[in-house]
Amino acid sequence: MEIFGVPSALLGSQLLVGLINGSFYAVLSLGLAIIFGLLNIINFAHGAQYMMGAFVAWIALTKFGVNYWVALLLSPLIIGAVGVVLERTMLRKLYKLDHLYGLLLTFGLALIFEGLFRDQYGISGQSYPVPDLLQGGVNLGFMFLPIYRGWVVVAALTVCFGTWFIIEKTKLGAYLRAGTENPQIVQALGINVPLLITFTYGFGVALAAFAGVLAAPIYQVSPLMGSNLIIVVFAVVVIGGMGSIMGSILTGLGLGLIEGLTRVFYPEASAVVVFVIMVLVLLVRPAGLFGKA
Amino acid sequence: MNNTNSMFARAMPLLLGALFVIGLVAPFAVYPTFLMKILCFGLFACAFNLLLGFVGLLSFGHAAFLGTAGYICGMLVRDAGVTPEVGIVGGTLAAGALGWVFGVLAIRRTGIYFAMITLALSQMVYFIVLQWKATGGEDGLQGVPRGHLFGVIDLSNNLAMYYLVFAVFCIGFAIIYRTIHSPFGQILKAIRENEPRAISLGYDVAKFKLLAFVLSASLAGLAGATKTLVFQLASLTDVHWHMSGEVVLMTLLGGLGTILGPLVGAATIVSLQSELADTVGSWVTVIMGVIFVICVLLFRRGIVGELQALIQRAGIR
Repeated sequence: MEIFGVPSALLGSQLLVGLINGSFYAVLSLGLAIIFGLLNIINFAHGAQYMMGAFVAWIALTKFGVNYWVALLLSPLIIGAVGVVLERTMLRKLYKLDHLYGLLLTFGLALIFEGLFRDQYGISGQSYPVPDLLQGGVNLGFMFLPIYRGWVVVAALTVCFGTWFIIEKTKLGAYLRAGTENPQIVQALGINVPLLITFTYGFGVALAAFAGVLAAPIYQVSPLMGSNLIIVVFAVVVIGGMGSIMGSILTGLGLGLIEGLTRVFYPEASAVVVFVIMVLVLLVRPAGLFGKA
Repeated sequence: MNNTNSMFARAMPLLLGALFVIGLVAPFAVYPTFLMKILCFGLFACAFNLLLGFVGLLSFGHAAFLGTAGYICGMLVRDAGVTPEVGIVGGTLAAGALGWVFGVLAIRRTGIYFAMITLALSQMVYFIVLQWKATGGEDGLQGVPRGHLFGVIDLSNNLAMYYLVFAVFCIGFAIIYRTIHSPFGQILKAIRENEPRAISLGYDVAKFKLLAFVLSASLAGLAGATKTLVFQLASLTDVHWHMSGEVVLMTLLGGLGTILGPLVGAATIVSLQSELADTVGSWVTVIMGVIFVICVLLFRRGIVGELQALIQRAGIR
């Protein structure tokens, strides 16, 4: 079976890879958008925190025999707690300054984290086994679907839509949205905004770590796994605009799929296609697809 | 305040003159290659500072200009066989053209988005350099000959090369100094301080930002092209985002928005890296990160900025 002269199995598997990448883009850009909404900073350390999430899972498995499912919960908690400490001790001091300082601080933190892990584990990747429950695959007729990869997409989407639900439909989310609009008034209404900010940062970071654990069995767990990814995610964020939660999710998934298609039809361009789309969007709609002008 | 400012203005030509003399005699006291590295990165950081320190635009993609100019200069000199000065001019023009493309796209957004766009665009340049055959991919462009300046002066002599680099630095620095102190520079500062007000005064802010961006990119390219001749090599590290981060760090550490800060910052970082490379190995990245964090949290004025503040306080008393 062929579609546009391409075997359907090839097309299907590249689209699946695209969908998986898109899921990671979605989770990571969602985290960036939430943090940006309330803290007004771009968390450059997001890629490093994603990497640390994967490493915590790997260390937990190899050193302490903690299985995948526990790590999927534990790693975001640990890295999220690290995020809370960072917010309390460092980021907090920068809110009154130009937003660029937040970017520079988190860039410095990213260098520290990456350097530390590189010193400890080198640049070669460590492999993380696929958990027993999710091994094997199913034949869908037109392509072969490894179960773990399907699980990644489902898990990532569940977390994305869960986050969307919390922010758009619950009382806590209402506080968060109000805090994004006008923190002073929300504070005047008796809501502990500094605490809200701290937990928002912790939550955004935890999302990155969660993505890291999901990625561990697919990609090699390496100190540099986050830094190249995060730059693509920045482009995703520029394309989507950070104004809307659903916008971040859809843009992330869509760009992943486009990247997958490019890999089938014009592989040389697959590394830059997201950036090319960013250029086009900037020319046509500078505020981003879902951004407010 | 005004008194101390005019004191700085009076002292500045003296200070610059003294530095010029030091620059002339330095290669007899210090290893010339090391000095050339400092001057190249110093010019790179000064060019970057023109944008961040005086217009308030944080470009996280300046490595693209440094690297592109380096590669173009290297290809011109090695593969097309032109003389080194043509290579430097060619590299600089290429960086300026690339700067125009980056600028047109990036000034459509401000603040954090500006930084992210420049970073993403420079990553695109990185991938192109990586995949294009003419650039040598992961090996980089090796064995670039220094050649004969104007076809006459043999640059394989380290001292001759040093004075070329010194002249290039002085020209670049003079352009930046002149720009900052011109009416154009005043408008740039006005944009930095209050963009809506500059717009309401009738200035075409986008045009000024773009001009400043192209100028900064060209000068970064000038540094990159010269650096390729010095080390006879253009490599992927020059276009990598780490390099973009490094120039931010040099500028921040030396003193954002000060005239000499970037040079001081570049000298500090380059010395630190060459000291540390032998002793701590891969910890260099960690130490750079720590300096970054300290600068942002506690030391935002940088070395030169702190010194100026110190002198100012002494002057008021």
